[in-house]
Amino acid sequence: MTCFTPTPSSALVEAKAIRHLYGKAEGANLLVLDNVDLTLDENEIVGLLGRSGSGKSTLLRSIAGLIKPTSGEIVFPPREDSPTTVSMVFQSFALFPWLTVLQNVEVGLEAKGVRSDERRRRALAAIDLIGLDGFENAYPKELSGGMRQRVGLARALVVDPSILLMDEPFSALDVLTAETLRTDLLDLWNEGRMPIKSILMVTHNIEEAVLMCDRILVFSSNPGRVVSTIKVDLPQPRNRQDPAFRTLVERIYAQMTRPDQGAAAARDGVFLGMGLGMVLPRVSTNVMAGLIEAVCAAPFDGRAHMPDLARVLRYEADALFPIAETLQLLRLAELREGDLVLTPTAHRYAEADVDARKSIFAQQLLAHVPLVAHVRRVLDDRPSHAAPASRFRDELEDFMSPDYADQTLRAVTNWSRYAEVFSYDEGADRFSLEDAV
Amino acid sequence: MVFLSGDLKAARPLARFLRAGTVPSWADLVAFLLLAAAAVLVVRGAEDMSQPLAALHAAPVTLDPARLPEYALRTTLRMFVALFASLVFTFTVATLAAKSRKAELLIAPALDILQSVPVLGFLTFTVTFFMGLFPGRQLGVECAAIFAIFTSQAWNMAFSFYQSLRTIPADLDDVSRQFGFSPWRRFVRLELPFATPGLVWNVMMSMSGGWFFVVASEAITVGDTTVTLPGIGSWLSVAIAHQDMRALAMGVAAMAVVIVLYDQLVFRPVVAWADKFRFEQTASLQRPASWLYDLLRRAVWIRSLARPLVRLPRAVSGLRPLVRLPPLRLPAPPAALGRVLDGLWLALVAIAVVGGAGLLWSFLDQRLTLGDLGQVSLLGLATLVRVVVLIGLATLIWVPIGVWIGLRPAWAERLQPIAQFLAAFPANVLFPFAVAAIVALRLNPDIWLSPLMVFGTQWYILFNVIAGASAIPGDLKEAAGMFGLRGWQWWRQVAIPGIFPYYVTGALTASGGSWNASIVAEAVSWGHQRLEAAGLGAYIAKATAAGDSARVALGVAVMSVFVIVFNRVLWRPMYRFAERRLRLA
Repeated sequence: MTCFTPTPSSALVEAKAIRHLYGKAEGANLLVLDNVDLTLDENEIVGLLGRSGSGKSTLLRSIAGLIKPTSGEIVFPPREDSPTTVSMVFQSFALFPWLTVLQNVEVGLEAKGVRSDERRRRALAAIDLIGLDGFENAYPKELSGGMRQRVGLARALVVDPSILLMDEPFSALDVLTAETLRTDLLDLWNEGRMPIKSILMVTHNIEEAVLMCDRILVFSSNPGRVVSTIKVDLPQPRNRQDPAFRTLVERIYAQMTRPDQGAAAARDGVFLGMGLGMVLPRVSTNVMAGLIEAVCAAPFDGRAHMPDLARVLRYEADALFPIAETLQLLRLAELREGDLVLTPTAHRYAEADVDARKSIFAQQLLAHVPLVAHVRRVLDDRPSHAAPASRFRDELEDFMSPDYADQTLRAVTNWSRYAEVFSYDEGADRFSLEDAV
Repeated sequence: MVFLSGDLKAARPLARFLRAGTVPSWADLVAFLLLAAAAVLVVRGAEDMSQPLAALHAAPVTLDPARLPEYALRTTLRMFVALFASLVFTFTVATLAAKSRKAELLIAPALDILQSVPVLGFLTFTVTFFMGLFPGRQLGVECAAIFAIFTSQAWNMAFSFYQSLRTIPADLDDVSRQFGFSPWRRFVRLELPFATPGLVWNVMMSMSGGWFFVVASEAITVGDTTVTLPGIGSWLSVAIAHQDMRALAMGVAAMAVVIVLYDQLVFRPVVAWADKFRFEQTASLQRPASWLYDLLRRAVWIRSLARPLVRLPRAVSGLRPLVRLPPLRLPAPPAALGRVLDGLWLALVAIAVVGGAGLLWSFLDQRLTLGDLGQVSLLGLATLVRVVVLIGLATLIWVPIGVWIGLRPAWAERLQPIAQFLAAFPANVLFPFAVAAIVALRLNPDIWLSPLMVFGTQWYILFNVIAGASAIPGDLKEAAGMFGLRGWQWWRQVAIPGIFPYYVTGALTASGGSWNASIVAEAVSWGHQRLEAAGLGAYIAKATAAGDSARVALGVAVMSVFVIVFNRVLWRPMYRFAERRLRLA
């Protein structure tokens, strides 16, 4: 873990030794953030980069005051000019659908009790700045995603915050729209036309982080820690094709795929939680099979560089991670220094026919996903060879939130149905061995 | 609710005002006249209500056609007073339930049960209570009638509001916390708008039921006290006593006019207005339309008149306390203390429950025997059989017709408003015709009174099925056509799954309404002749007329149990099945 220690005078906010646990007060908890420090200075854009579940959003929301971390503190050092304030842009835009663009932008000012003419003037100025003129009377549902996020930006900026917090602000937008918005925001920032002093943003998109940030904090997951801090010295505006840019992206890729030295079981360490309590992503078996086939074939021949793979498959680079990690969990692939390397089992899988593929997948599931092995064992032991799914859901909820438990159980159900390890009756909410071979 | 509307389309009001010109449009004239007339009528009606009771005896309800408009007005006013009371109840009680876990423990299940209690049975208790509250004044009886309507409206509105408050989107909640919204602003900006579509829908359903009760509760006989409040309901009961067919027909026509006016002047504008609070971020293809809503929005002068009205609540929402206290940050109470408090609260509730049960027992024990309970349960079964058979019959008749209509958009568009009108029309207004026929033809009342129970409620099934059939996606219909699905297979695999969630909603409403209607449908009269069917409804009606509060309480309690069990055993599982398996997309 690396700490960044700047000159104390210019700090806008300091997060000190933040630790956060999710879950029930008693019993096993998910450690989402473990002892994270962060200092945000004036005049910088700092990116929090990591995979889902690495606690970066939790850190951002702690600074926004929306969450109180389990331990540690968020300090806004006293300043001469004015107290530090924050404002936030949301991934889902979070606009009030019953208010017009203008009213949405005014909402924060209204809550602060700003007089109505002053409010109108400032809101119109923000709307003008962010390129929304002409849309003042429109309702959010009449706008495209890009325009909606502009409203989100205007609403955050109009209250004159010192720090702009952004929680994956462009990830709900299509590629072209996201790029336009990023460029517009960077232009405003570089020209100093926004009243803010600093930006802190959460992203899981490596290129986005390198494109926008002056400093990137890379998070590991399970538990969330800052594994490295990367300073980006490239001049703005940055060019994605610039060799220096590419090198930096590659470096971060490698860092994010490098097994965490601290974790005991490196392979299992990618997902939040351990053993039965592992939070699993819902990755379709078709997608897994597709990825294995793609990596097995030319030009990769069993070893693919993740950025190249993403480009060839036209995937958002970071969308590949959960798939690759699931393959890693099943020992069908390994992530090494930014490369995805297929195991011999995966090669066998790629060449097998449908039934053989299923049986290979079943073996890997039973051997490497503790929850699948557990369900199967319970079903084998029972004379009826059936068990209610709620039983396992309850068991999972001892380790994780109900949402995670549901997601994990659904993932396992789908994989097991494909591999015919056990079957599931949705109406009765029961697992059984009935149709399974 | 008006204070929500805000200054919507007028971002720069002055500029807009100038551009629009100051010459009043035709729309202004029409709107102005309508508003002024409404104001005069409301004042007239309110004046009448505060008359002493003696005035009512001096000038009883007469079958004079000239007075019919006034009666219709009084009936309508009662409806809206009750609606207002229901809204106040909704905003306070449901908010309390959503904000306080301890209150929620009691309120949520109570609302759920009260939704299914036959409210007509309450009349006995409320009339006595309110007449005691305002002795010798008409207001007491008015209050009792209004309270009867209130009890038919409030619960589902409050329940819907409570559920909306519990499902506020997390990101909007974050925004309001991040900007430090005060509780009032949070209510006005977030909670109320989010809950509005659900609330409006429930208000409309409540109003449909309310017309039924206003008619039933205007001519009240409890023991020795008989009061006929001026209104359409009283007009009808006087007409029945006189066996006056012409007067009956006029009463029905007046009711129809009232419902059409209500539909055009209230229902549609409100639904059109509430459309913008729908939470979906996509623009809908078919937006509800209302000529009055458009008229009011188009009318320049009315808009400028309304502007201060709109400003007022905005000013209120903009009010700030004179002294701003620093935010008080108390450390969260330790979890152990919270658990102890929860335990104490539970114990308190348990004591109250035990005490209440004891009180109820001693009250009923003095006046009733176990034999009464057995008898009432048997009567309950008789009514249950009626409800089941009739809902079944209504299903067999209206599902095919509804599907046929729903699949033909041109027909659906024309017939859907009629089905909705019929559902809102109080069926008890039409009972006398049926009763006269049964008397004239000497039919068996045990059988022929039964259809009256679903007479008003069957339309819920029809309009829900129409809505369901219209919502079957085009591609599914095309696929069914391509693979040549027809006959039973088509019903089994396309039509029934498609309409099922809608059908369950309609049938649930219809069956609840039928239980309630049994109280007025199982015991009816025509002149001096009384017809009765053996059933729980007739039992409650008789006990009410006799002023026997113990038997009313027993009857209402048993009926509530029947309704609740029926809902839990039949409708809820069906509803859940529909939610889980048959939702399209």
